[in-house]
Amino acid sequence: MKYFDEYRDEQLAKNISRQLKETVTQNWTIMEVCGGQTHTILQFGLEQLLPPNVELVHGPGCPICVTPLALIDKAIAIAQQPDVIFCSFGDMLRVPGSKSDLLGVKALGADVRAVYSPLDCLAIAQAEPERKVVFFAVGFETTAPANAMSVWQAKRMGLNNFFLLCSHVLVPPAMSIILESSSNRVQGFLGPGHVCSIMGYKEYIPISRQYRIPIIITGFEPIDLLEGILRCVIQLEEKRAVVENQYGRALTEQGNLAAQALLKEVFAIIDRPWRGMGVIPKSGYKLNSEYKQFDAELAFDVGSVDTVESSICISGEILRGVKKPVDCPAFAKQCTPENPLGATMVSSEGTCASYYKFSRLEKKEASHV
Amino acid sequence: MSDLSQSAAIFAPVCPIPNDTSDVIKLGHGSGGKMSSDLLDNVFLPALSNKILDQLDDAAVMAINDTRLAFTIDSYVVSPIFFPGGDIGSLSVYGTVNDLSMRGAIPAYISASFILEEGFPIADLHKIVESMKKACLETNIQFAAGDTKVVNRGAADKIFITTCGLGILQYNPAPAANRAVPGDVVIVSGDIGLHGTAIMCARESFELETTIQSDSAPLNELVQEMLKTCPAIHCLRDITRGGLATVLNELASASKVGIEINESAIPVDAQVASICALLGLDPLYVACEGRLIAIVPDNEVEGLLNTMHEHRLGKNAQIIGKVSQQYPERVFMKSRIGGQRILDKLAGEQLPRIC
Amino acid sequence: MCLAIPGLVEEIFHKEGLTMAKINFAGMRRSACLEYVPGVKTGDYVLVHVGFAISVLDQEEAQRSLDLLKQTGEVNSFKNELDNARDYT
Repeated sequence: MKYFDEYRDEQLAKNISRQLKETVTQNWTIMEVCGGQTHTILQFGLEQLLPPNVELVHGPGCPICVTPLALIDKAIAIAQQPDVIFCSFGDMLRVPGSKSDLLGVKALGADVRAVYSPLDCLAIAQAEPERKVVFFAVGFETTAPANAMSVWQAKRMGLNNFFLLCSHVLVPPAMSIILESSSNRVQGFLGPGHVCSIMGYKEYIPISRQYRIPIIITGFEPIDLLEGILRCVIQLEEKRAVVENQYGRALTEQGNLAAQALLKEVFAIIDRPWRGMGVIPKSGYKLNSEYKQFDAELAFDVGSVDTVESSICISGEILRGVKKPVDCPAFAKQCTPENPLGATMVSSEGTCASYYKFSRLEKKEASHV
Repeated sequence: MSDLSQSAAIFAPVCPIPNDTSDVIKLGHGSGGKMSSDLLDNVFLPALSNKILDQLDDAAVMAINDTRLAFTIDSYVVSPIFFPGGDIGSLSVYGTVNDLSMRGAIPAYISASFILEEGFPIADLHKIVESMKKACLETNIQFAAGDTKVVNRGAADKIFITTCGLGILQYNPAPAANRAVPGDVVIVSGDIGLHGTAIMCARESFELETTIQSDSAPLNELVQEMLKTCPAIHCLRDITRGGLATVLNELASASKVGIEINESAIPVDAQVASICALLGLDPLYVACEGRLIAIVPDNEVEGLLNTMHEHRLGKNAQIIGKVSQQYPERVFMKSRIGGQRILDKLAGEQLPRIC
Repeated sequence: MCLAIPGLVEEIFHKEGLTMAKINFAGMRRSACLEYVPGVKTGDYVLVHVGFAISVLDQEEAQRSLDLLKQTGEVNSFKNELDNARDYT
């Protein structure tokens, strides 16, 4: 398959692995930001191709994981309203709220549907003018343009029964928070490739400058990640700190201007709470005043639900790269994908869930590589 | 009825346990993965365990006087009931035929019970029954007994079918999940993930246009040819819910051996790979309905592969790995780029990922 | 939410005023919105995320960077690129 197979080539991987081993002279800790990148690293066993002194820690790039529990409870409450068709990406359907989850309320009669694209919701809204269609708009900057287009189009079509429940988060503020922390161990970043295909990578330059840290904007295939790691190690060894673009086939420094324009048109930047990390200033989007008629939080008054997070969950430290899942006493015991206690286990792309699926036994059993 | 039942046969999402402590059945208990085996271990086996049941293989083998028989039962709750490449009727017959075949038995008799939802169109029932008739003729299995129940609207999703099959064992010892030994070779009969992705595409919500069809097919003839060439096949298992990874884990567990496979050797159709990539699914965990795993002694492999390649359902058969004594009861996969990872049973859900 | 995969732009059409296209992913097709990639043509490869093309893939750049990785001296090339990049401080 074009644009896949070339980036999964074993010989190329061995080549880069060898170059890495020849280049590195001391220990380095690198964080990959995106959940999709974490998934690839674990799925392909990439860490086994790295020299032992390069350590990868996994970042907070899983928007499902960082969606606050209170918002999930709100989503569930809205879904249970009789005239609502609640639409969501598939992986949100199993995220537990305080008492249930979206698929659970569907079993009790709520109209909850998995969709692939927010545009699909507009067709549903047109087909069912008597019902209210609500879309759970969770995501980073990669997904925001799709959601922006859906409300922009809804306005153009004159739809008054389409709503967005917004949980958009932005990457650069989260990176700054990680670097600000006194327990930060991250010395270099693999930046978010698809986020930057939208936003460009200008925003990462001040971060690289302020914290004197190399940031390699990296893709998602195994060869992309290996190349990103190699470039990062070269910078670290040469004591450099600039933003590099590994994913040149997919993005440029300025990003996607058409998408950025619509984001400005539709959204306003606000402070957002990140599950496990607290409120991060200017780290999220909400619909601005021109589009507030589509805001589900304004249109539906569902009161507040008491939300209680698990006291033993260490998601916050995992999201910041300070700890790994195996450092958590509950990992793979009380806390599993079937019974997640917190943010990083709830989504199949959360660090703990990825570890559980791909490698939780390796530390105990496999010293074979 | 909600379309939750559609997931039961293929993806069966696992409910994370809500904060209340009541113990109830979740969809995940039907997924074929870890929760299913936990249910078996915690509820069914403690009550019903005996030497025959404890085989826990695709079909049980037993002897009545001197006749050795294979006996199996399965339920079919797939949605949609008509899908590209088959329907719930043909699926139910082939599924039972396949389970019998995995013990090397000649399928002989099948019975079926039908649970019908009030309001289900009889025209659809006609189609399904015709499809079952065709499948029985094709596989030489005789329909011997049946039963029908009707439940109120909403208490079932259109139609559920349970089939029970009886076969005559030909080989002694029969292929069994616990017979793999280090040094054996692992073979897959063809490309994986077709059934699950075809079902997914038949659902309108994702609007994927594709030409792929379910691989639902009867494996009895292929297996008979394979056993003629190689009566010493150690294990045969058809890949169903939970996918290739789950079957390999079951075999590794039952035989108490390690299994090592190569990702680059596993055949996956390009469209299946694309659909899985788009939706963030892993083909290794996606259901098949016309594919099997064979574990055979090393010296029998070439002859067996030649035989399989001559049959339409085995023409893409491939060696995908081997049985080792390292890491017993674990399955390891060497990824396309060289790193290794553990391939676990289907634990949580495979819901389409957008991340 | 970063799962975006490459596909080939086939038939371009319009729906409810939006420019759309059928995208071919190795034989499987799905429609996607092209509003964010103005100027894209049939035959181009795009990255598709949740039903939207978010970027046109630069085939030449892809080839260039793969060729670079296949050589043994890519570390030196990366170092050269780095030498040409000014630090920010």
